[in-house]
Amino acid sequence: MQKDISISVNKIDNYEKISGCAKYVNDVQIEGALYAKTFRSPIISGEIVSITVPKLPDGYFAVDYRDVPGKNGVKIIKDDMPIFAEKILRYFGEPILLIVGPQKSVVQSLINKIILETKLIEPIYDESNIAINYHYEKGNPQNAFSSANRIFEYTYQTGYQEQAYIEPQGMIGYSEGDKITLIGSIQCPYYVKNAVLLALGCSSEQVRIIQPAVGGAFGGKEEFPSLMGCQLAVAINKIHKPIRLIYEREEDIEVTTKRHPAIIRMKAAVDSDNSLVAISSDIRLDGGAYLGLSNVVLSRAMIATTGAYTIPNVDCSGIVYLTNTVPNGAFRGFGAPQIFYAVEMFLNHIAKDLGIDPLDFKMKHLAKQGDLTSTSGTFRDPILMNDLIKRALEISDYRRKSQKYKLENQLRGMGISLFFHGCGFTGSGEATIIKAQVKLHKDEQDNVDILIAAVDMGQGVRTTMSKIVAHTLGIPMDKVRFPYPDTDFVPDSGPTVASRTTMIVGGLVAKAAQKMHDRWQNGVADTVIEQYVQPDYIVWDEATFHGDAYPAYSWGVNIVDVSVDKVTNQVTLEEAWSVYDLGKAIDDLVIKGQAEGGITQGFAYGYLENMEVKNGKVRQKNMTDYIIPTALDTTKITTELIDNPHAGGPYGAKGAGELTLIGGAPAVAMAIENAIFRRVHNIPVTPESIMELIEYGNR
Amino acid sequence: MAIVKFTLNHQPVTVQSDLNRRLLDVIRNDFNLKGLKEGCGEGECGACAVLINHEIVNSCLFVLANVEGKEVITIEEFAKTKRFTVIKEAFAKMGAVQCGFCTPGMVIATESLLHKNPHPTEMEIKVALSGNLCRCTGYNMIVEAIQEAAKAGEGLW
Repeated sequence: MQKDISISVNKIDNYEKISGCAKYVNDVQIEGALYAKTFRSPIISGEIVSITVPKLPDGYFAVDYRDVPGKNGVKIIKDDMPIFAEKILRYFGEPILLIVGPQKSVVQSLINKIILETKLIEPIYDESNIAINYHYEKGNPQNAFSSANRIFEYTYQTGYQEQAYIEPQGMIGYSEGDKITLIGSIQCPYYVKNAVLLALGCSSEQVRIIQPAVGGAFGGKEEFPSLMGCQLAVAINKIHKPIRLIYEREEDIEVTTKRHPAIIRMKAAVDSDNSLVAISSDIRLDGGAYLGLSNVVLSRAMIATTGAYTIPNVDCSGIVYLTNTVPNGAFRGFGAPQIFYAVEMFLNHIAKDLGIDPLDFKMKHLAKQGDLTSTSGTFRDPILMNDLIKRALEISDYRRKSQKYKLENQLRGMGISLFFHGCGFTGSGEATIIKAQVKLHKDEQDNVDILIAAVDMGQGVRTTMSKIVAHTLGIPMDKVRFPYPDTDFVPDSGPTVASRTTMIVGGLVAKAAQKMHDRWQNGVADTVIEQYVQPDYIVWDEATFHGDAYPAYSWGVNIVDVSVDKVTNQVTLEEAWSVYDLGKAIDDLVIKGQAEGGITQGFAYGYLENMEVKNGKVRQKNMTDYIIPTALDTTKITTELIDNPHAGGPYGAKGAGELTLIGGAPAVAMAIENAIFRRVHNIPVTPESIMELIEYGNR
Repeated sequence: MAIVKFTLNHQPVTVQSDLNRRLLDVIRNDFNLKGLKEGCGEGECGACAVLINHEIVNSCLFVLANVEGKEVITIEEFAKTKRFTVIKEAFAKMGAVQCGFCTPGMVIATESLLHKNPHPTEMEIKVALSGNLCRCTGYNMIVEAIQEAAKAGEGLW
């Protein structure tokens, strides 16, 4: 009898990380590497009239759009973002050129001497430049609204959030003959490779991407590094010397992608027995200056517009509008944190208007196995939300505390959120776009190498994948190796995003390991390649948002107890509880880490992390201005799991990485709302906004 | 340019350099010790922490001139000690490590705390860690690791 796979093991990279031996990109030494820095747009919106670069000393170079041999567009979805601006400048800090040379101080002084003449164009910050407009329906929402007993309508707003990985963005590269190698702090080696191929217009074997240790990412290193990779590759292609492009924190905060601010209008039809019969929503995302991944973020948000509930009639619209501000992009949750915040608050507010208990109202509408999803797909697996909620209420003593705090009226409140996350790419993305492939190789000493492009950025994938292989093959962990991904050696198993790595890639790795197991011969080398095949029941029409958006869903309940300071309006998290269904944990301690880290980011999104863009510029310049939680901001967190194995995942595992962030903001916002007896509509709920709410807010 | 003498990882060293250079750059570039990391460059994140005369210091804010005559210990040297082994095992056991970028700084912070206070309370640990940012863990697992290290390393500090 084998041990339960969930029992934790010593993570394979613990020692190298604790001792400081792990090599991150800035620790990689390449003899003679030049230093590169980006000259950026000093204006928010305009046209380049002329650029005068000072005379460059020997060994110094300027690299701009004229040096791009292929397409001057970063391959993301629509390749709309230039690698280097040519004429039009669309945001403050947009890259124009690189100055490259041996001395950092000289490079910086050359940058300071560049003279840029521009013609200003009136910047756009409103919704006048709509890039994406989606709409879908389920049932017959028009009828439902026209025959509704009551109609409710509220608007919710969410702010920016910065990923704030502790290791800033960075990349270093070199050339050998006509081949360029880039080593970078990245989530998606093949995204960078494919972007560089388009930029250089060269063949696949001429570009190699290697991932070293990555110091956190959270989506921030999903698409952004493709831009840096293209710039660096173009520079190396021109100069033929190794070059280092590492951001400092201020530059990183100023110009890298952030979570999309959203305005979400929600409207609901309720019938005479207080049932929600229809929901209509309008989700508006500020994409920033370029589209990037914004349309995919929008679709993930739209698909979750009914939250964890089954509502028979749905009318959902969404837009992405472009503004002259820093481009927004991937961030853990990818549209879900915005929409779950809105839905959870909305149902809470409807229940309060109806004079009924918000949790009872929500539980009455919970999605069940066999129900149609918002996009008329089917929830095929058992949904254990009732068990999750029951357990969360027990361990938190939610009902009693809620009642007690309400009666005491001492600025203390409980909040609860119910949510899910669709695991893997939306719709048929895995089959039509990603086409993941994994490879296992066994040598004659029976050591097994895992050859996949999945990046360990802290979420422990090197350990969990190794565990899956060791467990399936019945061999010790130390016979399994997971080298850092290198596109010269690993197939494209897809990007490390969308809570897909354990379920999709891990599922393929388990299948490959099973094949290897079934034909195992001691001392004989063997290679197994496994290709993703989409389950045939998944049918998705991207144009109409109709069908199964995801193969599986992970579910969660968060509860938090907060107090608000009477004088300063500071929020203190008193305690938090979570219960999740993520199928099956591949490693309990890794999941605990995801749960605690995720909810901490989620709470902070709701009340602490405040980023403003005023007149086209990010006002928070560094980690002093942009406050992320410190050890003193945390509270005791209790996390429990309820197993609910999914047939498509390895050992029943589903996605876990993003789920744990999604419920934090609605739970904390609701707890603050209950503490101050005022309706909360916008996050983050900062002390300033609490002061205003207490003064002017609605009960 | 000036000459600065100090002790780095128990070895006397001499650096001839601009006095305004950051200790961070001197250690990482001149001595090729890459265990300390630059996360913010402004003393907020603690990833660049070293011990100077047994006090935790952000090396990004410390200029070379100020290190004259002092004793600097980096993670590389500390990693050779028994106390490190205890901390390492506690961090591994409690799941205190995710991306690892803040971890060497967290280890230095742990040593600095336990050196002064071998039996810290939970709040004392949180205060001691408040100059070290971690974006992955939410901190509790690091706090638990330090409690575990204090227990397992009884008598070492």
